[in-house]
Amino acid sequence: MTRLAAAFGKGPALVCFITAGDGNTSANLDALVEGGADVIELGMPFTDPMADGPAIQKANLRSLGAGTKTADIFRLAADFRARHPQVPLVLMGYANPMTIRGADWFAAQCAKAGVDGVICVDIPPEEDPELGPALRGAGVSLIRLATPTTDAARLPAVLEGSSGFLYYVSVAGITGMQQAAQASIEENVSRIKQSTQLPVAVGFGVRTPEQAADIARVADGVVVGSALVDLVGEHGTNAPGPLRELTAALAEAVHSAR
Amino acid sequence: MNDLPNTFRNQPDDRGHFGQFGGRYVAETLMPLVLELEKEYRRAKADPAFQAEFDDLLEHYVGRPSPLYFAPRLTEELAKSAQPGNGAQVWFKRDELNHTGAHKINNCVGQILLAIRMGKTRIIAETGAGQHGVATATVCARFGLPCVIYMGETDVARQQPNVFRMKLLGAEVVPVVSGAKTLKDAMNEALRDWVANVHDTFYIIGTAAGPHPYPELVRDFQSVIGREAREQMLARTGRLPDLLVAAIGGGSNAIGLFHPFLDDAEVKMLGVEAAGHGLDKQHAASLAGGRPGILHGNKTYLLQDEDGQIAEAHSISAGLDYPGIGPEHSWLKENGRVEYTSVTDTEALGAFQLLCLTEGIIPALEPSHAIAAVAKVAPTMPKDAIILANLCGRGDKDIFTVAEHLGTQI
Repeated sequence: MTRLAAAFGKGPALVCFITAGDGNTSANLDALVEGGADVIELGMPFTDPMADGPAIQKANLRSLGAGTKTADIFRLAADFRARHPQVPLVLMGYANPMTIRGADWFAAQCAKAGVDGVICVDIPPEEDPELGPALRGAGVSLIRLATPTTDAARLPAVLEGSSGFLYYVSVAGITGMQQAAQASIEENVSRIKQSTQLPVAVGFGVRTPEQAADIARVADGVVVGSALVDLVGEHGTNAPGPLRELTAALAEAVHSAR
Repeated sequence: MNDLPNTFRNQPDDRGHFGQFGGRYVAETLMPLVLELEKEYRRAKADPAFQAEFDDLLEHYVGRPSPLYFAPRLTEELAKSAQPGNGAQVWFKRDELNHTGAHKINNCVGQILLAIRMGKTRIIAETGAGQHGVATATVCARFGLPCVIYMGETDVARQQPNVFRMKLLGAEVVPVVSGAKTLKDAMNEALRDWVANVHDTFYIIGTAAGPHPYPELVRDFQSVIGREAREQMLARTGRLPDLLVAAIGGGSNAIGLFHPFLDDAEVKMLGVEAAGHGLDKQHAASLAGGRPGILHGNKTYLLQDEDGQIAEAHSISAGLDYPGIGPEHSWLKENGRVEYTSVTDTEALGAFQLLCLTEGIIPALEPSHAIAAVAKVAPTMPKDAIILANLCGRGDKDIFTVAEHLGTQI
């Protein structure tokens, strides 16, 4: 069983996102695990994060301003894998940094660093040859995004070739802004689950344990990003404490939701 | 049986690719909308009523056809430094005489008609120098649609007259404070707006770039420049020009001029990028100094570092100040059909003044780059050769920038 399958097999999973190279990333990642995160999403900083709201935009700029390189991200991932052999780690980011040295290079680095999956914001199924075959060939999951605009006719194309889990973006918008209505999340998640065996995790705009618990009642996972990234922005290298605290509250809410 | 002729005019393919370039690299939320736009564009293209309305607006609202003009004194001036028998004739396609003062309006008229066809009720756009913003605000006023223009804070500060024009035309101008606060960041912010308002909003992209079908439809709307120029040149001289020259930021005026001539093998083409302070310093010449990558919905040449982080561009011309280029230009560079060169800020300023003094035309800083390239190449071509350059914008908006560089207080 893959690490991702195991993580989602235990009941609703808490998926926590932070940006690589922002603050003391290794200590931040450890705090997420200690707090009870089931899956880690590590954001690859990019100069032009056009799907992200202000919180993650700023985190990208802080990270790049501190001189983060792609090699540093893979070093963080490999070190994480050594410290936490069982916790799935997913890289999330934009197409250009992932493909600039060739998709095969990127996929091989992911495999070598123990990365379980990759979420690429701006490679839709129509452009799958850009990255998908290389990841699948290297045994790394390509995790696709479905959104409120992904209708029934389009959903099979999104599911084709994806693995690990499906990331349902609950609002048409950017990260960290408003949350979707619970009714719409329920309806869309159940619609998607009729078409796939993959776990469905829901994200965008989830900030509080209460919101997370509501989603965990209907989905296989809850993704929290901007709220955690804001803590890193606020506390800098002192972020691990506050991160652990918020993660613990979120984990408690998610794990006891059903 | 494959009896198709060899052609440079059959791109993009049905997936929106120009060779390895172009494509649809957008977030899933936008993908259904981008597909719908493509479908609607195909229908519009085949609809004579759409074409008739577009043509009518171009004639009576924009003021097309724009003149084709032989520049006698510039020709004479440039011939002074030529060997005997050399010194090509310089002609201009006068798209600076369009309503709003640049070629940008051609595309905005086409796109707003598409937006209305699709039932969209709100328009957004990005702008650098403000020319595309003004053109978009103009068509929105003409058709009574609300309009939001994203503009980098740096550009807002250096293009105040255009900011005021947009406001006069009823647009809301949103200063963008992320990144370097210029065109690239304005485009990011427009994409963020679009993704949050897909149900009612149409994004009028200003250049022949972005996700498919934008590069194709912007090219098609701007191709009126080349179609007119081709007819006008044949009518006036009985032949085609030897060389076409156009400035390139995203490349919409250039592709608009070039595309109708691409299969005329005897017509050479020269695209002129902005070399800023110099190709070894900060510049905006993506083809000369960049390599292929993915940004803003398409794969194309980009200024970037080894990790794929996008570099900040620089040009004296805010309209060329962008680290990418339309994907069709990347394809035309790789297959060699079009030659690309670059011109520095200083050379462009010189050409700006040269055109003012020889022809009584104040050009925008964007086509000043094309004129600088013409000034280099005309003396090397025979006297009977014809160069046709696209004068894609007028310079009223640039007089403050130029004054500052010339050390003059206005």
